[in-house]
Amino acid sequence: MYTQALNVPESGTAVDAGDADKAARFQAIVDREDKVEPNDWMPESYRRTLVRQISQHAHSEIIGMQPEGNWITRAPSLKRKAALLAKVQDEAGHGLYLYAAAETLGVSREELYEQLLSGKAKYSSIFNYPTLTWADIGAIGWLVDGAAIMNQIPLCRCSYGPYARAMIRICKEESFHQRQGYEIMATLCGGSVKQREMAQDALNRWWWPSLMMFGPSDKDSLHSSDTMRWKIKRFSNDDLRQRFVDATVPQGRHLGLTFPDPELRFDEQAGHWQFGEIDWAEFKRVLSGDGPCNRQRMQVRRELEADGAWVREAALVYARKQTERNSAAKIAAE
Amino acid sequence: MSETPMPLWEVFIRNRSGLPHKHCGSVHAPDATMALQAARDVYTRRGESVSIWVTPSSAIVASDPSDKEEMFEPTGSKIYRHPTFYKVPDDVGHM
Ligand SMILES: [Fe+2]
Ligand SMILES: [Fe+2]
Repeated sequence: MYTQALNVPESGTAVDAGDADKAARFQAIVDREDKVEPNDWMPESYRRTLVRQISQHAHSEIIGMQPEGNWITRAPSLKRKAALLAKVQDEAGHGLYLYAAAETLGVSREELYEQLLSGKAKYSSIFNYPTLTWADIGAIGWLVDGAAIMNQIPLCRCSYGPYARAMIRICKEESFHQRQGYEIMATLCGGSVKQREMAQDALNRWWWPSLMMFGPSDKDSLHSSDTMRWKIKRFSNDDLRQRFVDATVPQGRHLGLTFPDPELRFDEQAGHWQFGEIDWAEFKRVLSGDGPCNRQRMQVRRELEADGAWVREAALVYARKQTERNSAAKIAAE
Repeated sequence: MSETPMPLWEVFIRNRSGLPHKHCGSVHAPDATMALQAARDVYTRRGESVSIWVTPSSAIVASDPSDKEEMFEPTGSKIYRHPTFYKVPDDVGHM
């Protein structure tokens, strides 16, 4: 998902030695579905996992603004432009809710930005694909936000309070994202032959990358047992991916679209849509920095950060001067 | 990054339901005016709020979670503070 890279092993797993008592009490809190709050005692590995997961999620929201932002000035109507602008602004909001949640774990915003800009932190592979046509905006809303919702609903019950609360806000806003995307696809599918072809082409390019959003297959994913026990994660990657396929295939067929998977078929007995094997080599390549747009995404992000530096500096100086002036005026008045 | 850290503010919003202001998250901003502006943009994009408070995070004094027991336990044993502790004859009806 937005935190796919969590399934990549982490160096130096520390043991929380000597904290057995506290750890047992902590696990009891988690087991009875109470929330863990910022200043509560928590195992170091729980804290570290959460910082990684929440910040990867935040970075994904922020980088995710780029592929869609690409079409704001070229949206086909004022209505579509207003909707897309609102959606991209929501994604900025999602990033900010999540950074704020991560900061409650004792990491600073500056550190988090630094981790993203230096390339140390990961973000979702999905945002390293280009948005070539307007139909891609439809496909992103329908598929990418659809996949995000599938993953994020269970996170609303995550054991860490600030993360769960941020996810509740986010989920409330995601539904509009998915519906506006599907509406774009439906409009194109009801249009000219060329428009239908555009919609089909977008599905062809976004389908497999969307399935990759759920991360590695269960047989290859690390970290799963800890995050399940801590109730950060509730369902496995493959479970969530299957749910997404089951929900999405009928929606695509309703539009008369064909999924780019010759092995896709409904298994009557299991009651699930069976799908072909994901190209895991591509997944690894894109996640490790070698996708179609990785370099461009990072370059844009670094430039934006550098271009804004003088504004932040000026605003801080102004704030300091205002405080000094106010206290000088107060002293003079006394 | 060698930049000066941007101050952190806690954000509280009151929705139109008449409930008190409720904590909803935090923002970074150089001063109170910009913190209010940022809080509006980040936390109230769908008419969630009719009033916003922001306060420097450093100004908040919080109870220590490790003192939870001694801090809050004493009220747990004072069951006589609840109406159900007292018996009222059935034939008196609802009180
Ligand atoms: Fe989002
Ligand atoms: Fe979204």
